[in-house]
Amino acid sequence: MSPSSADLLRQVKSEIDEIDPSQVNELLQEGVTIIDVREAEELASGLLPGAKHVPRSYLETRIEGITPDRSAHIILYCASGNRSAYGARTLRDDLGYEHVESMTGGIALWKDRGYDVDVPRTLTAEQRDRYSRHLLIPEIGTDGQQKLLDAKVLLLGAGGLGSPTALYLAAAGVGTLGIVDDDVVDLSNLQRQVIHSTQRVGIPKVDSAEESIHALNPDVQVVKYPVRLDASNIMEIIEGYDVIVDGVDNFPTRYLLNDATVRLQIPVVSASILGFDGQLSVFKPYEGPCYRCLFREPPPAELAPSCGANGVLGVLPGTMGLLQATEVVKLILGIGDPAIGRLLLYDALAATLTEVKVHRDPECPICSRPPEEISDEEMGVFPDYEAFCAAAG
Amino acid sequence: MSIPGNHSAVAKIKIPPVLRPSVGGEREVSASGGNVGEILRDLADSHPATADQLFAEDGELNRYVNVYLNDEDVRVLDGLDTAVGDGDTVVILPAMAGGR
Repeated sequence: MSPSSADLLRQVKSEIDEIDPSQVNELLQEGVTIIDVREAEELASGLLPGAKHVPRSYLETRIEGITPDRSAHIILYCASGNRSAYGARTLRDDLGYEHVESMTGGIALWKDRGYDVDVPRTLTAEQRDRYSRHLLIPEIGTDGQQKLLDAKVLLLGAGGLGSPTALYLAAAGVGTLGIVDDDVVDLSNLQRQVIHSTQRVGIPKVDSAEESIHALNPDVQVVKYPVRLDASNIMEIIEGYDVIVDGVDNFPTRYLLNDATVRLQIPVVSASILGFDGQLSVFKPYEGPCYRCLFREPPPAELAPSCGANGVLGVLPGTMGLLQATEVVKLILGIGDPAIGRLLLYDALAATLTEVKVHRDPECPICSRPPEEISDEEMGVFPDYEAFCAAAG
Repeated sequence: MSIPGNHSAVAKIKIPPVLRPSVGGEREVSASGGNVGEILRDLADSHPATADQLFAEDGELNRYVNVYLNDEDVRVLDGLDTAVGDGDTVVILPAMAGGR
C-alpha cells in the first residue's frame, strides 16, 4: 500500500537531520549557508538574516551556484519545516551534500521565538509587471530597479526640458521626483511642454505635472516646490536629492545652482536649448568640471538669448530632455559613461551630434576649493544679470 | 594681432545660434589662417558684426566664449596661437541658458 503524504513526511523527517531555531540563531555568525526554500511571494514578511533564497523547485539546479562544496554546512528552512525537510533529503541523497539540516518549525517558529528577520526589499507583483522590461536587462534587474525606486531626483522646471524628463523618469520608476516651478500652464507652453494639457491651462505647473506623473505611475512620490529658486531657498530645497536635472532658463540660477551643488556634491545633468540647437553635459562635482569651469562668466545681455522670449523647435526640448533623463538613469544605476567632462552639441537641422571636451579649471573660483570653503556670500555671485536683462528689455 | 604663419589652412567654423544673424544666418562658414586667432580674424573681417562678440578690447577671446579646435578647448592648447590644419573644425560656443 502506498504511504499517505503524512506518512511520507514523517519518514523523511526521521531520515534527515533537523536543527532547532535556537541552535540556528547561535550559528548565524559562523558562516553556515542558510537557504530559504519558500516561493518568492512568501518572502515579504522577512527572511533569516543572511539567508539566500532558492525556491524548493529550483534547489537541485541552483544549489551549486550557492555552494558547490559537498562538505559545507547547509541549513534549509521554509514556512513550517516540511518543504525544507524534503529539500534536505534531496541535497543529501541525490547530490551528496554531507552536512544538511532542516530547521524545525520553519520561519514561523523562528519568529515566535522572537529572533531577528531581514525584511527584503522586494518588488510587488504589480511592480514586477510594470518594470518587467527593466528587469530583463542585466544592467538593471531587480537591484537596479530598486535603486531607481529609492532615488530622489529634483527637476528644476516643469517646462520644455522638464516635461519629457519628468514623464520618462516617472515611467522608469524613479521613486521621488521633486519639481521646482512657480509658473502656471499657458497655452503657448503646450507646443512642447507635453506633461501639461489643454484642460490644465491656468493651473500651477507643479500641480499639472503631478497629475500627469501620478496618472502614469502611482509609485512616484511628487514633491512640489511652487517657488522660484534663489539664494534664500536653494540649499534647503536641493539638499538630500541624488541628482538634479537643470533645465533653468536663466544664467543667475545656473550659476547659483552650480555653486550650491558643488558645495553639496550633488551631480547635475544640465541641458539648454535655443532654436534648433541643444547642449548637454553632466557636472559631477570634483569628478569632472563644474559649470563655471565651462563658462567662467555669463555673456552680456545682447548675447544671452535667454533674456527675452526666443523661439524653439517644439520637439527639441523632447530630444534634449530625454538625453538628460538617460543620463539621470545612468547616474542612479552607476552604469555606462555619463557625459562628465564632455559637452554634447545637438544640431537638429543638420542632424549632427558634436562633442567637445570640458576640463576642470585648476583656477575655478568654486570647484578648485574644498566644498566646505564655499561660503553663502559667494554663491551665484557675478554682476547683477537679472537687472541687466530687465534694462535690456 | 598675430603675424600670419608660413602656411594658411582652410577650416570650417561652426557658428552658434546667437552669432548666426551676424553671418547671414549660416550655421557653418569657412575661414582661412595658420592658427585659431587668424581663422577667427578672417571670420571677423568677412563678418564684422562678429568681432565684438568674439574678442575683448585687448584682442583676446571674450571669457564667455569658448573656442574648440575639433573637440579640444583652445585654452588647453596654445590659445589663439594654436595651429590649424586644412579640414579642421573650429567650434565657437557661447553659454546658452534656454530651457523653457
